[in-house]
Amino acid sequence: MEKIEFEQLKEELYYEKLENGLDVYILPKKGFNKTYATFTTKYGSIDNHFKPFGKDEFTKVPDGIAHFLEHKLFEKEDGDVFQQFSRQGASANAFTSFTRTAYLFSSTSHVEKNLETLMDFVQEPYFTEKTVEKEKGIIGQEITMYDDNPDWRLYYGVIENMFQKHPVKIDIAGTKESISHITKDMLYECYNTFYHPSNMLLFVVGAVEPTQIMKQIKENQAKKDYSAQPEIERIFESEIEEVAQKKQVLKMNVQTPKCIVGIKAPSSTLQGQEMLKKELSINIMLDILFGKSSVGYTELYNEGLIDDSFSYDFSQELGFGFAMAGGDTNDPEKLENRITSILMDAKTGSIFNNENLVRARKKKIGAFLRAINSPEYIANQFTRYAFNDMDLFEVVPVLEGITVEDIKAAASDLIDEKRFTVCQVVPK
Amino acid sequence: MGVISETIKEMQGYKLHVVQTEKFKTNTIVWKMKAPLTKDQVTQRALLPHVLQASTAGFPTTAKLRSYLDDLYGANMFVDVSKKGEYQVISLSIEVANEKFLSDSTPLLAKAMELLSEMIRNPLADNGSFDSETVDKEKRTLKQRIQSVYDDKMRYSSFRLIQEMCAGEPYALPVNGELEAVDKITATSLYEYYQKAFAEDELDLYVIGDVSPEQVATTASTLFQFAERTPKESNSLNGANREEKTIKEKQDVKQGKLNIGYRTNIKYGDRDYYALQLFNGIYGGFSHSKLFLNVREKNSLAYYVASRLESHKGLMMVMSGVEFENFDLAVKIIKEQMEAMKSGDFTEEEIDQTKAVIENQLLETLDTARGMVELLYHNVVSKVEVSLDDWLKGMQETTKDEVVAVANKVNLDTIYFLTGMEAAE
Repeated sequence: MEKIEFEQLKEELYYEKLENGLDVYILPKKGFNKTYATFTTKYGSIDNHFKPFGKDEFTKVPDGIAHFLEHKLFEKEDGDVFQQFSRQGASANAFTSFTRTAYLFSSTSHVEKNLETLMDFVQEPYFTEKTVEKEKGIIGQEITMYDDNPDWRLYYGVIENMFQKHPVKIDIAGTKESISHITKDMLYECYNTFYHPSNMLLFVVGAVEPTQIMKQIKENQAKKDYSAQPEIERIFESEIEEVAQKKQVLKMNVQTPKCIVGIKAPSSTLQGQEMLKKELSINIMLDILFGKSSVGYTELYNEGLIDDSFSYDFSQELGFGFAMAGGDTNDPEKLENRITSILMDAKTGSIFNNENLVRARKKKIGAFLRAINSPEYIANQFTRYAFNDMDLFEVVPVLEGITVEDIKAAASDLIDEKRFTVCQVVPK
Repeated sequence: MGVISETIKEMQGYKLHVVQTEKFKTNTIVWKMKAPLTKDQVTQRALLPHVLQASTAGFPTTAKLRSYLDDLYGANMFVDVSKKGEYQVISLSIEVANEKFLSDSTPLLAKAMELLSEMIRNPLADNGSFDSETVDKEKRTLKQRIQSVYDDKMRYSSFRLIQEMCAGEPYALPVNGELEAVDKITATSLYEYYQKAFAEDELDLYVIGDVSPEQVATTASTLFQFAERTPKESNSLNGANREEKTIKEKQDVKQGKLNIGYRTNIKYGDRDYYALQLFNGIYGGFSHSKLFLNVREKNSLAYYVASRLESHKGLMMVMSGVEFENFDLAVKIIKEQMEAMKSGDFTEEEIDQTKAVIENQLLETLDTARGMVELLYHNVVSKVEVSLDDWLKGMQETTKDEVVAVANKVNLDTIYFLTGMEAAE
């Protein structure tokens, strides 16, 4: 077991790669009552075209299957895993993103039992035709719940506009139609391909003693029989540089219109430190352009174009990325024009200087300290970073090394009219 | 040694609560002001904190104030207005990095406390009036905040249930105030209200982090001084038990939103409050509860179905999203589960399970500074002194008979269903 110390942060991280390929990280949090653990596979909604384990031909699976599988892992022959976790005083949950599926629990007692339950339920699938059919009703209601949510529709509308082929444009939960084709055999095929320990990461953070926890995890894993698995082959068709669709206006049952401007990032194969630096540079750029202390935000707010729902964000994974800015507005056309012009002005780089860089950097460093108060943030973000060969604990050093030139380069690289798209939600 | 140690000190016009803990990388300051929820004041109280956080005399624009916060290593400042039973509580919070984790040793906590004092004691005002431009902007944003409830159908249906169920009671007032009242507020009338609120509200200051209670008290005593006051009590009104009523409303939605309100007749601080918590946990609070098992897992009717308590008003609300045509079936199952609770049709195992998860939930709440403040503030609202240890012990000692007794005090009041335009009558 390797120990990594972060002196300034007063944190210690323990790491070991097990024989079956599983990456295990443990971070003790002094003074905390709870322990939070995530068991995550590098498998999300975009992984819909791949070579199944043990087969020679590529296959395409129905939209929403990764999320469907996540639901179904909780059900076992002798009942529901939620019951077992709550008997052990834990609260359990799971989520599926574009690139990951994570299973998790948090508890303030019986940590070892709960950890055992987490590892075992994820590694012992039990799918039957009957339980698969039953789940279609439940997930169908999950899908209609989101259909009624204008913010959700707006966010996914922007992503749909951006991409022509990349499966990030597909709803994570799929549609009622697409999930109707899911069978138990398909679930097993996906499970056997993507849930091998060598494609997974286990993170435990909180009130734990690392040596004891690592020993328990190793013993649990040693009991299970995993043969070595070759690299998983996935197919992503090549994606165009420009957006697939410039604009989409959704008519919904709302009183206040909404508008988001999206920017499709140039496709990139960056991983590791370079990816981290690019991500942080773009985040700082957005803070300088749209943060509450910025000229842009002040003008938009004073002009009555935005309110507290205004937000901005940059997301990236291997093969895709996008930035967004927007929120509720009385005048979606005008907000769209104003955001676009703030971005186009920024492309020249003249707005960026040492003063606003230093300020934005301080803000980011403070936000990082605040974030690492949260075991949930540490486990989830660390995993996301690790799946892209980045290191969460490099955030502060990388921030400290970012220069005005880096921000200018990030702006000129990202900002381009052909990569802009807009989604609006307007009253019917 | 209890699970949490809170030092409470009477200060001039307010109480100072300090929790010293080393577990966070940040220090958190929360200023709370509480007054009865009334139609006359609700909209002004919803607006006031947003005006206070927009600018101050020393930082006359939002950009200047926000730049200063960024310079304090991204001090996170936010305001919130909430209902606690029939009180309306304003919170102003600042969370700031603890400089011992930074290479820069600027004393951030003291600066953050100074800034909070500046916001509440030195607003941008002149001649008995706030800056009118600031007030106008914040009035516009408040209107949008009030309207936003109509666009989020899950929030809307919760709001409509309370409006119908508590009609005539202060609790029916919306926390963000009333649209038609916003226009009547002026920079001068709001300034008058600001002075009244600081003269009459019950005031509490919480500081959580790696801090010394004595030092915080010294700093606070110079930064915050207010006139002594006797806080006003709310004239709590509770609707009498009555025949259940059903309200259906049609809108252009794809999924029906079902919200059911019950009167529990039990509040935080009451002797049977622990049994009520257990009751709610067994019935609908968690993913092992009867509602989740029967509405979702057995009958596939819903994705979400849960119950939650309003601890200071004595209400319990069930919420779920179902197909329009499944309304009758969902209500039938939800009622059957309530009958099961009333007749004691639940096991010792369900009780133990629920005790374990409630204990877990309480202890986990203490792992965030804001969670700690919210838990401790229950005592201020209820004027009782329940320690976390009392709470945990009281809950663990609760018996099945006590839970059944509570179940039999709970009455269904109103069923609200937001259904589609095309749904059958």
